[in-house]
Amino acid sequence: MSEEDDIVLSELPDDELVQQMHDDLYDGLADEILEAVNILLERKWEPYKILTEALVEGMRIVGIDFRDGILFVPEVLLAANAMKGGMKILKPLLAETGAPRLGKMVIGTVKGDIHDIGQNLVTMMMEGAGFEVMNIGINNPVENYVDALKEFDADILGMSALLTTTMPYMKVVIDTMKDLGIRDDYVILVGGAPLNEEFGKAIGADAYCRDAAVAVETAKEFMGRKHNQLSA
Amino acid sequence: MTNLLETMLADRGWLLGDGATGTNLFNLGLEAGEAPELWNFDEPGKIKALYEGAIYAGSDIFLTNTFGGNASRLKLHGLEKRVHEVNKVAAEIGREAVDASGRQVIVAGSMGPTGEIMQPVGTLSHADAVEMFEEQARGLVDGGADVLWVETISAPEEFAAAAEAIGRVGAPWVGTMSFDTAGRTMMGLTSVNMVEMVDGLDHAPIAFGANCGVGASDLLRTVLGFSSTKTKRPIVAKGNAGIPKYVDGHIHYDGTPELMAEYALLARDAGAMIIGGCCGTMPVHLEKMRAALENTAPRPRPDLEAITQALGGFSSPEDGTEAKSAIAPRERRRRRSQA
Repeated sequence: MSEEDDIVLSELPDDELVQQMHDDLYDGLADEILEAVNILLERKWEPYKILTEALVEGMRIVGIDFRDGILFVPEVLLAANAMKGGMKILKPLLAETGAPRLGKMVIGTVKGDIHDIGQNLVTMMMEGAGFEVMNIGINNPVENYVDALKEFDADILGMSALLTTTMPYMKVVIDTMKDLGIRDDYVILVGGAPLNEEFGKAIGADAYCRDAAVAVETAKEFMGRKHNQLSA
Repeated sequence: MTNLLETMLADRGWLLGDGATGTNLFNLGLEAGEAPELWNFDEPGKIKALYEGAIYAGSDIFLTNTFGGNASRLKLHGLEKRVHEVNKVAAEIGREAVDASGRQVIVAGSMGPTGEIMQPVGTLSHADAVEMFEEQARGLVDGGADVLWVETISAPEEFAAAAEAIGRVGAPWVGTMSFDTAGRTMMGLTSVNMVEMVDGLDHAPIAFGANCGVGASDLLRTVLGFSSTKTKRPIVAKGNAGIPKYVDGHIHYDGTPELMAEYALLARDAGAMIIGGCCGTMPVHLEKMRAALENTAPRPRPDLEAITQALGGFSSPEDGTEAKSAIAPRERRRRRSQA
């Protein structure tokens, strides 16, 4: 509880408070993040500035240490959970102020696969980075993906599979999208512990993402290219 | 009371496990996304053929087709009310296959993860996890499994829940975890952490170890971590036959039978007593592994360099067991008093 802390958030100047938020996200301290977001709002920070400089930057650091094998799933889940608390306050404010959006993603595990730990992490990290994500859960036949992509007006499709018996279904989804003539409308990212880059290429995905942090980096890169194409 | 596994381990010193289930079921005609557990009812002949593949390739132990046989996973296929039956039937087919072979082979009842994250980080409670595992364990024991075999676990909490469930059933068991994230489990557990965790269990497994994960090299590094603790508990090594590739509409793991034979020898040299394969390991691999283990005398304990030379590099420079890590902890501003 905050009265036992040696740090009083409201007494910190802005720059130190933001740094403290990075540390607190890293430690998964949900109450402290909530408090700090409210303090910054009281200090008249733009919601979008709080999102990017405090929360997204904090999660970026968490992502780096996750990628480098310093943090593991439990710590990342706690950090993402803390982030979520802050986002809850910011989300309606962001909508009001018309803050920029990075892109939209549909994500789900393929038919036969219930292992959604990885894709839930990706969802949280993508949201943490400012993407909108529609998580369609587990065990998705190809129709679910196609319908969701249309309904959500998505830019990116993310698929996850963890088992030898479910990995090939990713190709079924991509082939069906080709048949429907919609394959090239989306960036397709695939993930799952046993996969690798070569596998992603062989089934026709745009990229394989080793973990949630890489997924965010890759998605940003593809969205950047897309925007460049549009403006060119 | 000693069971068949302990007796055979004492007599032989090493035992050959089995190979993959998914890969071999694909080779028997399973379609992507289909529930392998359904075949226990619909294609018992093919499940018997799966087991016979291991039995006649020389395996001393094989796992039942029940990896996804807990209520959480079976729910996906509308089978959550038939947990006991799915598991019992799979074990019965296994018994039949062994009896017909005339060989002494152990039927191990496979129990995979629930697929959910346990509290406090996730939502699955300890009590619910224990209940799910117990239901599955009973089915396997009632079907005639000699031992239960918990595998591919990432969270120590889930491993402990399985231990408690199997304790309630009173069955002997073996438990392995998957070290697929920078040499640790997804939840951050190192090989040495696992030894400590297993030693602390009330109903501890007869043997413990690693399965699946990234590749054969990583798995052997994990085995070296286990054996470095000088644990007396037999160690299991079940590594993948290389890494998965997509070739002509099929998943193909790139590890050759010769490579897996060398892996088997290295696993024994590293301290493993139960040696098998995981994803991608087929009967042709098992035959070579058996021949290698029978015809080659144990060699000195390999170091990391020897493993790299024989099987290729590791997926990460460290695995969390180093006395002095090159990875510096992130510098922090101030520590919170209670953090």
